[in-house]
Amino acid sequence: MESIILFAPLVGALIAGFGWRWITIRGAQWITTGLLFVACAFSWIVFLTHGPETETINILRWIESGTLSTEWSIRLDRLTSIMLIVVTTVSALVHLYSFGYMAHDDNFREGEEAYKARFFAYLSFFTFAMLMLVTSDNLVQMFFGWEGVGVASYLLIGFYYRKPSANAAAIKAFVVNRVGDFGFALGIFALYFLVDSVRFDDIFAAAPQLAETRITFLWTDWNAAEICAFLLFVGAMGKSAQLFLHTWLPDAMEGPTPVSALIHAATMVTAGVFLVCRMSPLMEYAPSAMAFVTFLGASTAFFAATVGLVQNDIKRVIAYSTCSQLGYMFVAAGVGVYSVAMFHLFTHAFFKAMLFLGAGSVIHGMHHEQDMRNYGGLRTKLPMTFWAMMIGTLAITGVGIPLTTIGFAGFLSKDAVIESAYAGTAGGYAFWMLVVAALFTSFYSWRLMFLTFFGKPRGDKHTHEHAHESPRVMLIPLGVLSVGAVFAGMIWYNSFFGHTDQVAKFFGVPYHAEESHSAADAGHGEATADAHGQPAADTHAAAPADHGEAKAEGDAKPHYVFTGAPGEGAIHAAPGNDVLNEAHYVPKWVKVSPFIAMILGLVVAYWFYIVNPALPKQLAENQRPLYLFLLNKWYFDEIYDFLFVRSAKALGRILWKGGDEAIIKGFFINGLTMGVVPFFTRLAGRAQSGYIFTYAFAMVIGIAIFITWMTISGGAQ
Amino acid sequence: MISTDLNIILPETVLAVYAMLALVGAVYTGKDKLAPALVWATSGLFLALAFWIGTTGEGTRIAFGGMFVDDGFARFAKVVILLSAAAVLVMSEAYMERRGILRFEYPLLIALSAVGMMMMVSAGDLMALYMGLELQSLALYVVASLRRDSAKSTEAGLKYFVLGALSSGLLLYGASLTYGYAGTTLFSGIIQTATEGQMSIGLLIGLVLLISGLAFKVSAVPFHMWTPDVYEGSPTPVTAFFATAPKVAAMGLFARVMHDAFGNATADWGQVVALLSLLSMFLGAVAAIGQRDIKRLMAYSSIAHMGYALMGLASGTLLGVQAMLIYMAIYVTMNVGTFAFILSMSRDGQPVTDIRALGMYSRREPGKALAMLVLLFSLAGVPPLVGFFGKFYVLRAAYEAGLAWLAIAGVVASVIGAFYYLRIVFYMYFGEEREDRLDAGRSPVLWGFLMGSALIMVVGVVNLFGIEGAAQAAAATLVN
Repeated sequence: MESIILFAPLVGALIAGFGWRWITIRGAQWITTGLLFVACAFSWIVFLTHGPETETINILRWIESGTLSTEWSIRLDRLTSIMLIVVTTVSALVHLYSFGYMAHDDNFREGEEAYKARFFAYLSFFTFAMLMLVTSDNLVQMFFGWEGVGVASYLLIGFYYRKPSANAAAIKAFVVNRVGDFGFALGIFALYFLVDSVRFDDIFAAAPQLAETRITFLWTDWNAAEICAFLLFVGAMGKSAQLFLHTWLPDAMEGPTPVSALIHAATMVTAGVFLVCRMSPLMEYAPSAMAFVTFLGASTAFFAATVGLVQNDIKRVIAYSTCSQLGYMFVAAGVGVYSVAMFHLFTHAFFKAMLFLGAGSVIHGMHHEQDMRNYGGLRTKLPMTFWAMMIGTLAITGVGIPLTTIGFAGFLSKDAVIESAYAGTAGGYAFWMLVVAALFTSFYSWRLMFLTFFGKPRGDKHTHEHAHESPRVMLIPLGVLSVGAVFAGMIWYNSFFGHTDQVAKFFGVPYHAEESHSAADAGHGEATADAHGQPAADTHAAAPADHGEAKAEGDAKPHYVFTGAPGEGAIHAAPGNDVLNEAHYVPKWVKVSPFIAMILGLVVAYWFYIVNPALPKQLAENQRPLYLFLLNKWYFDEIYDFLFVRSAKALGRILWKGGDEAIIKGFFINGLTMGVVPFFTRLAGRAQSGYIFTYAFAMVIGIAIFITWMTISGGAQ
Repeated sequence: MISTDLNIILPETVLAVYAMLALVGAVYTGKDKLAPALVWATSGLFLALAFWIGTTGEGTRIAFGGMFVDDGFARFAKVVILLSAAAVLVMSEAYMERRGILRFEYPLLIALSAVGMMMMVSAGDLMALYMGLELQSLALYVVASLRRDSAKSTEAGLKYFVLGALSSGLLLYGASLTYGYAGTTLFSGIIQTATEGQMSIGLLIGLVLLISGLAFKVSAVPFHMWTPDVYEGSPTPVTAFFATAPKVAAMGLFARVMHDAFGNATADWGQVVALLSLLSMFLGAVAAIGQRDIKRLMAYSSIAHMGYALMGLASGTLLGVQAMLIYMAIYVTMNVGTFAFILSMSRDGQPVTDIRALGMYSRREPGKALAMLVLLFSLAGVPPLVGFFGKFYVLRAAYEAGLAWLAIAGVVASVIGAFYYLRIVFYMYFGEEREDRLDAGRSPVLWGFLMGSALIMVVGVVNLFGIEGAAQAAAATLVN
């Protein structure tokens, strides 16, 4: 069954890509979509029936060279099965959605209908590569999937190949990802160098030793675990568009909207988070690298949220929102609560895919108009889309009832991240960044809703008159995803962010109860106090007044901790990593803070765009430098253009003018090839006189030379 | 005793007896009317013998007191010789018949020359060597001037004969010097005397003269001058034959003499062979650029290819001989296909050899043009086609034997040589279409050989049809 999940998309891609002439374009669309739904159904069966234990399914032996032995196998554990359902569900729905969205495309001329088959083939190929990535049981196989999704992403961003901007965006995505992949590859090399294996099991088992090993890299002595974790994270940064390597993601919106929903929101960009969670046994032994992950994730969440505030392109707003949410996931992983990172990944996949597909529905209905300034009042024209987007917005902004576990998916997972961040950094930088980012998230999400669906129609009248609701194939995926956006959080809350024993059971990690609850708790409280200079009593006081559940069971329940060697279970927590537990005992104001931030954002957005629509313009003019700074995305593109693109172009020009034109063309081609060789050709032609005596003369001269040479050099006696 | 000896040379005997009986028989019966049947019979016999030799022979057997050696090396070379001779014979039948030059002597002369070639690669003695060489050459002199009413063909035959006589003289002089200083004509005896750094000056000169005579046969520079003229003048099927089987035989003989008789003085002859190789590669590459006549072009091409094969020999190692054998087998296969194409080039029934006539050939004959493209790329040594692996093996052998400079020179020469192969491709795919088009050749035999050869160049990438192992086993019997 697992093999069918993995290979069904590949089969679909091959048939659709190479065989659409025989099965017609319609057939290609149906086959890929049908196979994806099969894979999706099987994935859910696997997720619901397969326990938390780790199972390895060998498919074939791949690379055998010296000590490098790579198998192609499926590592099936909880992390994999979560990713399986995320990938196949979103992918299947996006396939279905694309029937409607790609039905007519002005980017292709009459008679070029084959673009549809190509599109579906690419989507299925992407899904295969992504499944390859998440099911891998070693780093090389993972790298294969990693690069496979990169290729698919490149092909799909540049799908409208007649648009120069789409091509530029595709190249940008590819090149920026190469930077990250270079780090990832170095990380794999380093691990292979140190562990002599690329298999996860071997690497995980060796993680504790790695933490005590030193390695020289770039003329500096490093801790082996730290450098490996850091290098792997560089790969994750590229794929997941974290700060400094994020520039490609907004541009990637040049691709068709279903692509943005599948690749640039729900699946591929979360591969970095998955990588960090998968490598948790190694990450746990690299505290400095993890601090860096936390810092960078928090910074990205904040940065992307600020930029999202002022963007006008509907897809770009959601793209920056994705970037920001990925930052949340990295913070959760960075403080060592991998289950929460996966929780946010899981819920985010639903509501973000839905927001994108909803945006696609709006764009489709508005004849490919993407500027929100030209929308307005669309809720009557696109009622279904409006409600779907509303659910998505409620989910991403985190609407729910504070201090309970009732709310939209984003409410539960985002609050879990923020609480973990508070517990993991003792209310430090990451926590505050995330709370501010939550406020901004709420503002730009509601801004998007108000600009699009409320107020008066703006922009081209004609377009508004012809605005229409999308066909059913596009609305069904929205409906399915909205179910996930509403309920995914509540259903799996305890599995991802319950008490340690619940999470441990879900992920198959061994755990045991601390011998004395009170002693452990006291010790834990003191530790917090020592480390962070807070009164111990605070923590104690906060502990009983917790979630409803926790309060009831708080005293009765023993204090559980993760145990087990690295590699046992899907995630690993090093001894002493108790952040998951601590996150449940953070002060109440911490738990309420994201909710307050959400309300604030909503109120401001309402005031700006419904009550007083002239205000944003005034503010933008009053605070012009700040506005421009945000509008131009902190000038990252300009700085990169100045630092890297131009210098690379200058280097290219030197190689082109100096190397290619002067040396290769000037010297080798015009000089040697066009001058010297023809000279000898003429000479040889002239020697070929046609007279026997010339030929005989050549032979005799040859013999004379050979004999002379031999008698001189041959050492004759 | 004698019966054992006769048993060992049974394949040669069968072929010789067949040739003589058929000759006499045909003279007294149908003469030229029998020619097509004789062509098929001869190539059938070649195939049968190749099969027989390839499957039954084992171990090393020596006949006539060491004059004749039947070992793995000889058998490998014989199989290649017989198969390529059979292929060329079959290809030439229709061509020669249409032009009225299919005489009944032709297949029988080829058969006799094949006997000579088999003798050459099995020679264990200078006398046997000379006998085989002359039997082969005499038959070839005649077939070169097969078109008696053509001045070019007779000129080719005459030039070949006169220069061949000169080279035979050189060879004989070298053989007599060797005999004089070594005291024996048996290779197994010469090898006792000819030791590295211990060679007398007479023996050394004898060695050089022997090499010169052999170099003439493989048309290595500077003993190559006859090649373009003879290739151009001879009827195309004969050119095809010249470019294949005799080259294998001559290279085989070259390796046999060098390793069996002078195996203890590899450094001495190695440097000469290396120089021959270097000159051949470069002259073959450079001189062919000026050629518009595809037969002359193929002559230079074969000179260059012999340079590469000699590179394997020059390394003087087991790997070198193995590489040389692989190279020759691949070279012969490519040439059979290429000549199948050249044989099909005609306009109004007249053969055409100007490469400019191929302008936009791909538009009319996409399949044949593609096959020819594959063959030309393979001849140029473009990866991943089989021709690349031939070059790769000899380059590796040279490099591992410390001849890195020669390997580098070989790569440079192959880059220069790629030009003229690619120019044919250029004409076929981008050239100017001319008024006087080539006929649409519809010979299934030629088509089959062209396609088969091209297919081998592509499919053979997988494992070279296991020729590596066979060549290694063959080389191991020669080099100890």
